[in-house]
Amino acid sequence: MAALFLRRIVQAALILLGVAAITFLMLYALPADPAVLLAGRNATPQTVANIRHQLGLDQPLAVQFWHYLVDLVQGDLGRSFNQKTAVAPLIAARLPATLTLMAAGIAIEVVIGLTLGVVAALRRDGFVDRAVMTMSFVGVSTPQFLVALLLLYVFAATLGWFPMSGYGTAAHLVLPAFTLGILGAGWYARVVRSAMIDVLGQDYVRTANAKGLSAPRVVLRHALPNALLPVIAMIGIDIGQFMGGTVVVEAVYGWPGIGQLAWQAIQQVDIPIIMGVTLVSALAIVLGNLFADLVAPLIDPRIRTA
Amino acid sequence: MTAPVLAVEGLSIDARTPAGPRRVLSEVSFALAAGETLCLAGESGSGKSITSLAIMRLLPKASLRVAAGAIRLEGRDLVGLSDRAMRRVRGGAIAMIFQEPMTSLNPVMRIGDQLIEAIRAHQGAEDATARARAMLDAVRISDPARRMGQYPHELSGGMRQRVMIAMALSCRPKVLIADEPTTALDVTVQAQILTLMRELKGEFGTSIILITHDMGVVAEMADRVAVMQAGRIVETAAALPLFTAPREDYTRTLLAAVPRLGARAGTDGPPRVTTQPLAATPAGTPPVLSVRDLSVTYRGARGWFGGTAAGHKAVEGVSFTLQRGRTLGLVGESGSGKSTTGKAVLGLVPFAGEVLLDGVAIAGLSPRAMRPLRRAAQMIFQDPYASLDPRMSVGAAIAEPLAIHRMGTAADRRDRAAELLRRVGLSPDHASRYPHEFSGGQRQRICIARALALEPRLIVADESVAALDVSVRGRVLDLMLELQETLGLAYLFISHDMAVIERMCHDVAVMRGGRIVEAGTRRAVFEVPAQAYTRELMAAVPIPDPARRPEPRRAIA
Repeated sequence: MAALFLRRIVQAALILLGVAAITFLMLYALPADPAVLLAGRNATPQTVANIRHQLGLDQPLAVQFWHYLVDLVQGDLGRSFNQKTAVAPLIAARLPATLTLMAAGIAIEVVIGLTLGVVAALRRDGFVDRAVMTMSFVGVSTPQFLVALLLLYVFAATLGWFPMSGYGTAAHLVLPAFTLGILGAGWYARVVRSAMIDVLGQDYVRTANAKGLSAPRVVLRHALPNALLPVIAMIGIDIGQFMGGTVVVEAVYGWPGIGQLAWQAIQQVDIPIIMGVTLVSALAIVLGNLFADLVAPLIDPRIRTA
Repeated sequence: MTAPVLAVEGLSIDARTPAGPRRVLSEVSFALAAGETLCLAGESGSGKSITSLAIMRLLPKASLRVAAGAIRLEGRDLVGLSDRAMRRVRGGAIAMIFQEPMTSLNPVMRIGDQLIEAIRAHQGAEDATARARAMLDAVRISDPARRMGQYPHELSGGMRQRVMIAMALSCRPKVLIADEPTTALDVTVQAQILTLMRELKGEFGTSIILITHDMGVVAEMADRVAVMQAGRIVETAAALPLFTAPREDYTRTLLAAVPRLGARAGTDGPPRVTTQPLAATPAGTPPVLSVRDLSVTYRGARGWFGGTAAGHKAVEGVSFTLQRGRTLGLVGESGSGKSTTGKAVLGLVPFAGEVLLDGVAIAGLSPRAMRPLRRAAQMIFQDPYASLDPRMSVGAAIAEPLAIHRMGTAADRRDRAAELLRRVGLSPDHASRYPHEFSGGQRQRICIARALALEPRLIVADESVAALDVSVRGRVLDLMLELQETLGLAYLFISHDMAVIERMCHDVAVMRGGRIVEAGTRRAVFEVPAQAYTRELMAAVPIPDPARRPEPRRAIA
């Protein structure tokens, strides 16, 4: 276990290094010159040159990358061009909102997806199964903004149960979290259904039935734990996706998360912020995978010995 | 005579098919007396497993339905019982163990929890843990306290089957249904499990319905036998008369097909099946296969940074030679390295040591240089269902090796496939059909035809008849003998089945733990085994004769 953990950490560091290198190089591929951007439209060439020198942009690429890495290791993600402040605190300020939305969204999609998936598998080919599968198909193929706007219209504008937008209270969280959760639940339901159908046909489920156990016990104690592995992997993926910010949902609901920060930065070509968010997203994906790798052995003892 | 514990009366079961119900079990009746062992014996598709699942009411509801009949447990009909009442019967009055101990236990649940749960389902919560431990002790598992906290994958197949038995007997059922309980186990482990079942039957006062295809197991275990065929009971009789004086033709055929260890005693080779004179091998020709000091090490899982777990030596220091027209049997239990040896001589797994095919060393050959050698050596696998592509017609499957080696035109290859089909006893117009249209035995013939396509000199047959019913098995073995006599094939014949090895082989190598422990002519090894392990293997084979049943060992109190 400890060895596995260590190996994953080293892998994660390598992946992050790779991402850092790629984002850094992309910066140079961009047609926008940061010095020009910073200096403003009416600056003299002398001012631009000064800024370039100040930022160290006149040094060789390798040296710049080295400085960038050294700063990175110290938690310094550079300074925003537009907001004239350090990027790291900007991202850190957005993190709580993003993490809250992520946790709530994942919780909702897991609960709904698991329930529907299990029920569909137990009623395989029946009416309920078909209904669930149709719903999940709709869920899988509906764009986020559509669901977000629909929920807004019905539950905020018409019924007035929840605030239109903003952040701070539990009520603010409900609609954005359900937007993520309902859509994600479609995937979970499908995966859980097929895993459960597979598991329900296994010999050990027959053994459990032959022992005279009650149907709920057979399903919950014997079948479900064996069907959870793919769900764990999916949660890992979602952690990676949602932690990097959910641009559409955050934009519609005015949710002050990382996605919004990134969106604004892109519009303003605020390259240090874009690079910072990219790194955080990469870190999120690595963490999500790490989560899946660490939780899977808790569920399946056969992975522990490996 | 007292009333039977369990009586099945006129049981018929229909399968739901798109074309309407199809009868798969008709009018099956038998009675199980208290303390009796009744064997349901028959080949695949005879309906013996369906009968047992029907008694447990575990038939898949979507596809099978009881059409008529009654199943009476001490007079009470189970067929119409509510689900709730049936759950009390299951695992309580009637318990069941299954064929596959590897997959019959929940992989993510501790052994102890699985046992405790069975006890609690029927007998309340108090002292369930202590009773679970006592049950593990009763099935003679070493270190029961530690096993309680282990997971199924940490136990061997034999131990898992003991756990299954402990679980089944934990609520002192009146009837234990054992569906092929030892089929997936090694022969020495099988002997232990059968002994255990005999002993526990007395200790727990349980009647047993034992379902098996193996007439040797029947002879060792049964008080009475019901022979089943195609969904009917053909004959029911006490064990001794059934074996000595079977009334029905089918029973006689079945018994005649049973391989008997020692049947070839006093001979040097397999029986002749053709009258053709055997081609003599000119002196000085190199052996078809020569293996010296072969070792195969499976590497442990490798991480990104080269961190390796210790490798596992599957085969170590194995040497033998195989001449044209002869058969070398590799016999041993699971994990003995016999299959790995078979793969290594075909270059399918990396190995150390020397393997000469037709005198040419195959070690370190590039795939391109290996190609012509692959023509000389072919393989037939165990599972004829899994080793044919379901989406490829039989003719295409047989012609594929020719296409891979770019031999002949498409028309030539078609002709060759037709000819090969005829050669293995099938009709050439079967070529356009697909594997699912054939029975297991026919599929294995197709696999043999495919192996023959390149006119190999060596065929590695890895448990090639293990998945077949005895009656079919005999015919496939005869086909292989005939091909050997007419084509001069050499076989490397890998099997766990001592009787099959005895019938097929000229020479035998007994493997254990990756090494050959004893080798020699089949006659020498079988008639005067030098090693204790070989004797143990032979002694563990069930003898299909109830009169020579082993004495019941004294039950351990």
